[in-house]
Amino acid sequence: MYVNPRLEQRVVQSILWLFTAITVFILFYIIFFILKNGLPVLNYQFLTTNPTDMGKSGGIYSTIIGTIALTIGAILIATPLGVGTAIYLTEYTLESKITRVIRFGSECLAGIPSIIFGLFGFILFVTKLKFGWSILSGSLTLAFMILPTIIRTSEEALKSVPYNLREVSFSLGGTKWQTVTKVVLPSALPGIVTGVILSVGRSISETAAVIFTAGSALRIPTSIFSSSRTMAVHFYILAREGISMPNAYGTAAVLIIAILIINITAYRLMHKFMKKYS
Amino acid sequence: MVTTNRMEVKNLNFYYGQNLALKDINMGIESNKVTAVIGPSGCGKSTFIRILNRMNDIIIGSRVEGAILLDGQDIYAPEVDVVEIRRKIGMVFQKSNPFPKSIFDNIAYGLRINGINNKGEIIDRVETSLKNSALWEEVQDRLDANASELSGGQQQRLCIARALAIEPEVILFDEPCSALDPISTAKIEELINELKEKYTIAIVTHNMQQAARISDYTGFFLLGELIEFDKTEKIFTNPAKKQTEDYITGRFG
Ligand SMILES: Nc1ncnc2c1ncn2[C@@H]1O[C@H](COP(=O)(O)OP(=O)(O)OP(=O)(O)O)[C@@H](O)[C@H]1O
Ligand SMILES: [Mg+2]
Repeated sequence: MYVNPRLEQRVVQSILWLFTAITVFILFYIIFFILKNGLPVLNYQFLTTNPTDMGKSGGIYSTIIGTIALTIGAILIATPLGVGTAIYLTEYTLESKITRVIRFGSECLAGIPSIIFGLFGFILFVTKLKFGWSILSGSLTLAFMILPTIIRTSEEALKSVPYNLREVSFSLGGTKWQTVTKVVLPSALPGIVTGVILSVGRSISETAAVIFTAGSALRIPTSIFSSSRTMAVHFYILAREGISMPNAYGTAAVLIIAILIINITAYRLMHKFMKKYS
Repeated sequence: MVTTNRMEVKNLNFYYGQNLALKDINMGIESNKVTAVIGPSGCGKSTFIRILNRMNDIIIGSRVEGAILLDGQDIYAPEVDVVEIRRKIGMVFQKSNPFPKSIFDNIAYGLRINGINNKGEIIDRVETSLKNSALWEEVQDRLDANASELSGGQQQRLCIARALAIEPEVILFDEPCSALDPISTAKIEELINELKEKYTIAIVTHNMQQAARISDYTGFFLLGELIEFDKTEKIFTNPAKKQTEDYITGRFG
């Protein structure tokens, strides 16, 4: 059957356009839907008072604190581990069986469903190590979950630093460590930060891994051993147990706005970084 | 004859894995002279010059046989500190490659990693090396500007200044002008001519006129072998080997 190539071209173009439009529409519809239902309850009071009566009334202050504490904990644990691994893989070893195994392992880690992380964290940190439902257990679990992202993005960032900059540093009498810390890392920093910011986004929105490990206490946490409820978990409980749909939407709106801000920041940084090295 | 060879290459063989890239090279690099290395693409010029400050150490599977002496000391001897060798034997690369830092920090970097932390001394030495690389006039008002704002020729002179700042004894150039316009090239050639008063220089070049203009000695490489090594004048007016003559007269092939 003969199809006019120009007609074919136009048909394909239209179909592709339609697919794109559907994707964008769904995204915007979700955001619109959440904001439409959530914004009415959002106000200063909602953000700054603690939930009362299981969350039926009051605000979400303690869950914001819980989210921030867990995220900071996860980032503080995962960043040195991830960036260190990436530096080791790109700067200190050659491509070999071992590096491939490490890389494959970290890719697999990325593919594990978060609820499995939750179960793992529960068994290891909550019960075995006796950290209980706590910020510590939650942060450790989240850290393992975001580790692959941080390793991956850091590796990409380190690799994008031109090799000849390392050579120059060596030719000036620089050691490997001086070269890594003073030439390679500063150049790779925006890329690494982008990965960390994306991981912040993932930590904030994670539910399954956190509910098993940090619990769902509504009090403001007082130490890393306190149980704490994050916004995502709060939303889940409010919605699932039918406690208060308006408050659930309000929480969701705060979450969505936070994620949008984080992703836009990460995107901007990445863009700046790409421009610098292309 | 009293030799004043700063560096000496003795029976050098170099392998990339199984591949013998340089065969039985013998030559001297005389103090305060410019020694040029010429030859067709892929003959091993870069490989050779990078051996002189152990830049090829980084390449896995590479192997050096023979000896490379700096003031009579084998730089490949096990007790020698490679960092120390590279400090004494600086290098300027083909592609100008300033760090994505300010002009000032590009030069200060080498000083800082070599333990010079006194601010006044760093400032002095940055200025001196920029003057020595004939860049000072053009950048003295904007030392804080990013090095990427400089032109290609200026960037290459910045790279030379960066190499000069740590006061090496020998400077190796690997085709420093191959990406530059004629005016920038002339500036760098003039600079190399001035630098030889204080430094010992080896330069790889694709450009035979350039070798003829700036060097005192010339080595002609072909397929990993040093075909002929002599005074530049001799190489270009009365070469001993047929291959050298073919190459310099452009009848190569
Ligand atoms: N890292 C490497 N690993 C393996 N072989 C290499 C490597 N670098 C260079 N070679 C090989 O060694 C030989 C000499 O290369 P070299 O770069 O020294 O040539 P050159 O004379 O500098 O050429 P050009 O004028 O094109 O720069 C070539 O055959 C090249 O393929
Ligand atoms: Mg070369």
